[in-house]
Amino acid sequence: MSTNTDTSTTTTTTTTTSTGGDPDGFDPDGNGFDFDGSSIKRKHQLGTIFLGLCFAATMVGIVALVALLADVLLEARGWLTWEFLTYPPSQIAENYVPSNYGDLATGPGGMYPMIIGSIYLIIMTAIFTLFLGVGAAIYLEEYAPDSSLTRFIEANIANLAGVPSIVYGLLGLAVFVRAMQTGASLIAGALTLTLLILPIVIVQSQESLRAVPDSMRQASYGTGATKWQTIRNVVLPEAVPGIMTGIILSLSRAIGETAPILMVGAATTMFTPPDLTDPTGSFGAMPMQIYEWAKMPEAEFQHVAAAGIVVLLTILLLMNAVAILIRNKYDKRS
Amino acid sequence: MSDQTDGRLAGVRSALLSIRPNANDGSLTGTSGSSNTEPPEIAAASSESESVSRQGSGADSSASAAASTQPDAETTTTSESGSGLAMPAGDKPLGSPRVDNAVIEARDLDVFYGDTQALHGINMDIPEKEVTALIGPSGCGKSTFLRSINRMNDLIDVARVEGDLHFHGKNVYEDDVDPVALRRKIGMVFQKPNPFPKSIFDNVAYGLRVQGKDDNVEENVLTALERAALLDEVEDQLDESGLDLSGGQQQRLCIARAIATDPEVILMDEPASALDPVATSKIEDLVEELAQEYTVAIVTHNMQQAARISDKTAVFLTGGHLVEFDDTSKIFENPESDRVEDYITGKFG
Ligand SMILES: Nc1ncnc2c1ncn2[C@@H]1O[C@H](COP(=O)(O)OP(=O)(O)OP(=O)(O)O)[C@@H](O)[C@H]1O
Ligand SMILES: [Mg+2]
Repeated sequence: MSTNTDTSTTTTTTTTTSTGGDPDGFDPDGNGFDFDGSSIKRKHQLGTIFLGLCFAATMVGIVALVALLADVLLEARGWLTWEFLTYPPSQIAENYVPSNYGDLATGPGGMYPMIIGSIYLIIMTAIFTLFLGVGAAIYLEEYAPDSSLTRFIEANIANLAGVPSIVYGLLGLAVFVRAMQTGASLIAGALTLTLLILPIVIVQSQESLRAVPDSMRQASYGTGATKWQTIRNVVLPEAVPGIMTGIILSLSRAIGETAPILMVGAATTMFTPPDLTDPTGSFGAMPMQIYEWAKMPEAEFQHVAAAGIVVLLTILLLMNAVAILIRNKYDKRS
Repeated sequence: MSDQTDGRLAGVRSALLSIRPNANDGSLTGTSGSSNTEPPEIAAASSESESVSRQGSGADSSASAAASTQPDAETTTTSESGSGLAMPAGDKPLGSPRVDNAVIEARDLDVFYGDTQALHGINMDIPEKEVTALIGPSGCGKSTFLRSINRMNDLIDVARVEGDLHFHGKNVYEDDVDPVALRRKIGMVFQKPNPFPKSIFDNVAYGLRVQGKDDNVEENVLTALERAALLDEVEDQLDESGLDLSGGQQQRLCIARAIATDPEVILMDEPASALDPVATSKIEDLVEELAQEYTVAIVTHNMQQAARISDKTAVFLTGGHLVEFDDTSKIFENPESDRVEDYITGKFG
């Protein structure tokens, strides 16, 4: 409350009376608060409306997701069999119908080679991402000088995270398949997916490294540790949960990506799992196969595609569950 | 000086007297003698070689300087053994900032954080195998000074150090000094307890492991915990996380971690700030015990503690100036600076 000088007597009086104080700028009741609470009630009402809007927004997402899942699950019901997981695909729609399994000349149709292909792809991508992503993050966070060049690089890494995946597919085609002559191979696919998720992994890893308190680094240096010893023994163990979560969540995005591996030239249909001894051999992956099935005219293939989607979603959810487990495990520990 | 101030000062004095009966006899030998009652043999040998090596480098010029700035030096040792680095007259603090057996010598040390200067031309010595207390109000640069001794300020991006800081006669800010090697010789206990999120055992063993002192890790860890007055409390939970300890236990854990590697100098930044009287007195005992083999520099806000455990006391005052450095008894009984007297008696002006 303002002091009551001669020149400002009138203004001070009006302001103080409106808030219930005395004209001297000193409030004998000891309060200048709004006790009837009308403005607070208004704020509460606004809050309720906002809460309702947020709830509605959440529900739209959840309802859409549940509807989609229910639709897929219903379509896939009865079509997702053990045979579907363990047999190669077939061109003939009847081969996928479980009730026909008994009297087929060629054996049931499935997606075994693509499941294996996707798993190989994800493992290779994980390895590349681990080294490149964590390496880059450690360099940027722990070693790079705080220069404008570093900030420029960091800003552009963040920008790269927004580039559409098909662009990475084109890059992979030009750089790996053509220039580096890898052919339409697992390596080309894995490297392309690595490029796709690398920006996110780098940013996430940097954040995890940044979250390690400086007092930990100081404690380490104070006992005579070198920089590398400090990073390896103190910083990385603290940052690993965050880094791992970031990598796994990124990989679960990569496993469902179709555009980049399509551009790189993954096989639409493969009857055998990729041959790991042949680095330039072709490979198939789940999203590609699902895309192929969805394009088929026969009604059976819609169910087959749905079964494929369920398999893909299951793997995805499993990966996310692992990420959550890792996070919880380390959260409890510290 | 008011009567009240006089009374408080008398209180500190009597505390000092009860702990150290010879503190009032007026001679400088009293304090240094008390810590040297049973000098370890290695210590004598090393300090001798130290003074010999110093003699070789500029003994004649600085020896006379030592004699002139510090007349009392001759009562204890020959002037040659006190031939450290000359101290510029301009920035010299009050008292006797030169010591005969200096391990660390700060000369015109300035520390800046960005554009603000946290320390102004610090000139002081830290004597070998004695306890040097750094006291002063909050924010006056005590931690900054400690960090500049083992180059922990290197880790702060905005920090910049100017001037010299000599460790065994070698300026640690020269290019050929490896800060890692330096920190292995000069250990540190931080102001805020900062145990690693590792087990109690691994916390103490950390320094041993990174320094490659791998034999007898277990024995060294237990000894360090014992000396830090923590072993009894944690004996059965050595593999539990150091973060689950109480604040005071964490502080002692960090002390154990710092002494486990057997450094030559130990810098302690308020190591007893979160401790109860019993643990505090154990830590004070530890400091006095450490001073028989190690050089200790300790920051404390507790005047009685500084009076009890230190041989030399440096008083920093606001703005990052070292105002007075002298024998602890001198600082607490008869400081040259009135501001120091006011600070010590709690009447800070
Ligand atoms: N990392 C830093 N960055 C910028 N300024 C700093 C930093 N550390 C300390 N300072 C400044 O330097 C001055 C001295 O700080 P310092 O921590 O050395 O004081 P102190 O004497 O240890 O105080 P206290 O007794 O409270 O621990 C303070 O003004 C502080 O603001
Ligand atoms: Mg401090």
